[in-house]
Amino acid sequence: MIIIQQIAFIIISAIAIFLFYKKVMEIRRNILIGKNEDLTDQPKKRWQNVMMNALGQKKMFSNPLVAVLHLFVYVGFIIINIEIVEIILDGITGHHRLFAPLLGGFYDFLIGCFEVLAFLVLVACVIFAFRRNVTKVKRLNKGELLEAQPRNDANLILIFEIVLMSLFLIMNAVDLNLQSLGAAHYTQTSPFWISQFIAPVFSGLGEGTLMGIERTSWWMHIIGIFLFMNYLPYSKHLHVILAFPNAFYARLDSKGKIANMSEIQNEVLYMMQPELAPTNADANAVMKFGARDVFDLSWKNLMDAYSCTECGRCSAACPANITDKKLSPRKIMMATRDRLEEVGKNINENKEFKEDSKTLLHDYITVEELRACTTCNACVQECPVSISPLDIIMQLRRNLVMEESNAPQEWNGMFSNIENNMAPWKFSPDDRDAWTKN
Amino acid sequence: MTVRTYAEFQANNETPEILFWVGCAGSFDARAQKVTKAFVEILNHVGTKFAILGKEEGCTGDPARRAGNEFLFQMMAYNNIQLMNMYGVQKIVTTCPHCFNTLKNEYPELGGNYEVISHAVYLQQLINEGKLKTKDGGEFKGKKITYHDSCYLGRANNIYEAPREVLQTLDAELVEMKRCKTNGLCCGAGGAQMFKEDEPGSIRINMERAKDVLETGATVVASNCPFCLTMLSDGVKNNEKEDEIQVLDIAEIIAKSI
Repeated sequence: MIIIQQIAFIIISAIAIFLFYKKVMEIRRNILIGKNEDLTDQPKKRWQNVMMNALGQKKMFSNPLVAVLHLFVYVGFIIINIEIVEIILDGITGHHRLFAPLLGGFYDFLIGCFEVLAFLVLVACVIFAFRRNVTKVKRLNKGELLEAQPRNDANLILIFEIVLMSLFLIMNAVDLNLQSLGAAHYTQTSPFWISQFIAPVFSGLGEGTLMGIERTSWWMHIIGIFLFMNYLPYSKHLHVILAFPNAFYARLDSKGKIANMSEIQNEVLYMMQPELAPTNADANAVMKFGARDVFDLSWKNLMDAYSCTECGRCSAACPANITDKKLSPRKIMMATRDRLEEVGKNINENKEFKEDSKTLLHDYITVEELRACTTCNACVQECPVSISPLDIIMQLRRNLVMEESNAPQEWNGMFSNIENNMAPWKFSPDDRDAWTKN
Repeated sequence: MTVRTYAEFQANNETPEILFWVGCAGSFDARAQKVTKAFVEILNHVGTKFAILGKEEGCTGDPARRAGNEFLFQMMAYNNIQLMNMYGVQKIVTTCPHCFNTLKNEYPELGGNYEVISHAVYLQQLINEGKLKTKDGGEFKGKKITYHDSCYLGRANNIYEAPREVLQTLDAELVEMKRCKTNGLCCGAGGAQMFKEDEPGSIRINMERAKDVLETGATVVASNCPFCLTMLSDGVKNNEKEDEIQVLDIAEIIAKSI
């Protein structure tokens, strides 16, 4: 019986890990569809950002209550994973609580800590579900988050965590009952810190029933973890992994600096100083300006899209979104991810990308959204996982104006004023110093 | 008012301490011209040897770049950089945070390397060095002043304290809006929005910001940006509060207090 369980466990683990690996590699491939961009300068500052923003979750603390709850889930997630090591080793070797005899009293302490964390994760997730669905926190119940997919995704993640933590505690509670009955294989430990209070619920049951519940909980718990692991890359929850590289590769320039387009810089230079123009340049080379689709964005923009956990702090701070314009920085990120996933599927099916007559610009993100941005950087400032929606907005705007000549009439007027009068308004450049004379 | 151009300095074989970058709004917009003049008054008061580019100055290209017209931005940047490098400009002070951001953060990559200072920081330096003193019991004594962070000094360049320190010398009561500093709400003009209508929505952004202003009960709103100045003035006016609430640039406030 035990050997069958061991074999089943190894097969299930292998399948789970293989599927996870395959999907992770697919996401990696999708991210690398983006244009190359070197973001490895100033490593010291980058590691600082990882420590402060990813590990330290600095930006979360602008709302301390939510930050502390999130910290419970985050610390719980990482530390309880240590317990998974034992669970996996138990599964492979057919032991039960492999480490208990080895660690003695320290084992009881460790499990006690895990139980406290599991309980805190459970409480935090219940509060999160309550905030999302009952008190309806505005940023979690606005615009693009009213759609079924993001709603279900968010609630499924919370349910997963609540169920996993409950199973972990039930498993231990039943274990305590089995220990007191002196059941074989159930190593004696001191009462676990949290599950001892749940144990009385199961006290009247016979040894066989208890073992049934314990085994079922154990299996459901580990299978639940494998399922969750494999759900991760399909969900917004991927931020638990990508927040770290995203913090490392975040742009370090001043937020006000908009990325330079050196190809245009050179065009202008050659126009002004023709003697500098390369003589062997290919006159027929077609240049494309700005971004029209995910292929034109940088890999960092695409990693940003996979890192977004749809918390909506960006949109809640966006002046356009606050005043009910169509623009929502969160939607910009979600749309980029959706389009990228679609392109990924297309590549899976056709070996290489087959033209599908759709583009990120227009089909996923509209002109009206792009035109509403004030470039105020509130979204960039707010994002806890170092995403820049502004960078994507700017690249799409560039495509609109330089490839499609698609600008509002007032902007065209402003352009021609700057070009002819060196000011965005229609004044004579001769009058630029008129203020000195009156 | 003594204002000389870089060309005049050069003709006399002189070098100014700073280039005062006036900007398009400061040059042409009737309201922003008052800020320009107030700042010149301060520069003359402390005896700073400054020059302007005069007719030779051109738009930095900020609104063109942010609207998506990189060609136009690059043309403007090329001309301005050629001109300033020709004059050997070292240090620039500007009263416009958009110009400030472009000159400071975007020109170096294109060959324009200067020390660029916002007028808010320059005023703070003058005060700290003891060169500029506000008089006791000035016009703003005891008044409630609220400071509006422009996006391009604030989030874009992390300048939050210098303008506040300048205002603190006034013996006034400095009150914060609920959305301030990193959390400050845009006036609605950035990203070339100044030059077009708001996209459809429930309320204009400057009206939303005016609500924050009214909530503080302040009678003076201090700004550091010609666009914020226009947007906030309109916002206050739309609430029919223009008789009770003054919207002023920090340069104007300081010029009135020396």
